[in-house]
Amino acid sequence: MSGFDIMAILANPEFSRMLVHGVRMTLTVFAGSWLLAMSLAITLLALRMLPGRLTEGFVAAYISYHRNVPTLVQLMFWYFGIASLLPPGLQIWLADHNSEAVFAVIALGLCQAAYFSEDLRSGLRAVPKGQWEASRALGHSYVGAMRWVLMPQAARNAGPAIVNHTVSLFKNSSLAMAIGVSELTHVVKEIESRTFRAFESYLIATLIYLVCTLLLMAVGAWFERRNREMRAAS
Amino acid sequence: MTMLANIADIVRENWLLLLIGQYPNGPVGGIVATLMLSALGIGLAFPLGVVLALASLSPWRALRWPVFALIYLARGIPLLLIILWVYFLLPVLIGRNVPGFVTMLVTLSIYQAAFISEIVRSGIQALPRGQMDAARALGHSHLSAMRWVVLPQALFNTIPSILSQFVSTIKDTTLGYVINVPELTFAAGQINNRLLTKPFEVYAILAVAYFIVCWTLTWFAHELERRIAASRTNVTAAGGASLSPARAATAEV
Repeated sequence: MSGFDIMAILANPEFSRMLVHGVRMTLTVFAGSWLLAMSLAITLLALRMLPGRLTEGFVAAYISYHRNVPTLVQLMFWYFGIASLLPPGLQIWLADHNSEAVFAVIALGLCQAAYFSEDLRSGLRAVPKGQWEASRALGHSYVGAMRWVLMPQAARNAGPAIVNHTVSLFKNSSLAMAIGVSELTHVVKEIESRTFRAFESYLIATLIYLVCTLLLMAVGAWFERRNREMRAAS
Repeated sequence: MTMLANIADIVRENWLLLLIGQYPNGPVGGIVATLMLSALGIGLAFPLGVVLALASLSPWRALRWPVFALIYLARGIPLLLIILWVYFLLPVLIGRNVPGFVTMLVTLSIYQAAFISEIVRSGIQALPRGQMDAARALGHSHLSAMRWVVLPQALFNTIPSILSQFVSTIKDTTLGYVINVPELTFAAGQINNRLLTKPFEVYAILAVAYFIVCWTLTWFAHELERRIAASRTNVTAAGGASLSPARAATAEV
């Protein structure tokens, strides 16, 4: 191995193609699991507000499981464990359609939904009770009050926590390499084993991850500042 | 029902491997290695985190900036990539081979120290300013006031958060799997490779094992937090001192 030479990787057409593919896969897994997590989180929150202990117990168990079992174990459980119980036809179909990425999106999305749902719930709890009573008194239905009065404020309260967990989700997308998804970390590890340029390969990945996470954090800070200004103005 | 019987069989035949790995015929593994790795990791990260917190509160920029840089790196880079960095850099820096356990221990100590420093810093900042002012007025130097007045109170209040950081560390040790650290996830992988036909059962056992450990510790952290909060409100009610630190702490959660 010779001295530091990052262009040996970046200028190589094959490696640069692998890197682009890795970034795209990271973003796909991230976006897919974020959307799944957010829609599940809203569903969980709605379930939790239904009367009856059964749904509440179910949601509490769901959240407890996903927060107390390591994310990597959840990934392996889906990819090795649950996949083996599926009917053979579906297993073959999945194998043809990048089953690693599909299971990574499912596992990461289900796991992150637990965190998002808790964020939304504490955001909702921080909305003063008078808001609810006032909107019902003004003639909103249950759903209307939720949709137009409570949820917008809850989402605003939950904003910073959601952004933090979005950053974690983005970083956790790297765990997908453990089940063989060819995302960014997987790709640089492969480039490293082919070129023996560990420093250069890891540096490229580090910079890409940092740019993305710092951007997400900046969006979060902007969001928070805007909320503060809006609250001060009202 | 056969599935439950299978799980019982797997546990009966492999409980020792899940508990201590291949010890004494090899390195300590299994759940004991997981707990050792997390306890040592937090044990090293805690003093380092306190030092980093003090540096981040110091009036000198040269001390503050490296800490902020470290915190942003820890928050912005996936742990998996940090493990790969340490795996590659540590042998280069000290000039000899390093076992996976040590690589993982170094990674976790640095990574968790960054988060613990934030916890300790907010613990220090949540104390009323009067504590520092009073200690200074009584003749303590800045450092001695920190050591004897501010830190004992601040660190006591951070115990529940440190405990939940310990739970995160237990979950983080699973990533040692990618550099073949013999711990619980690795043991499950070995069992799965030997049996080949029962992945669902093996990984269900693994998930349940982690759940029991982490759930118990999380419960314990909540209980401690409740007691500490209760003891603080009693003290403030009796002494009539400011309520603000307790309020600030609950509002943050």
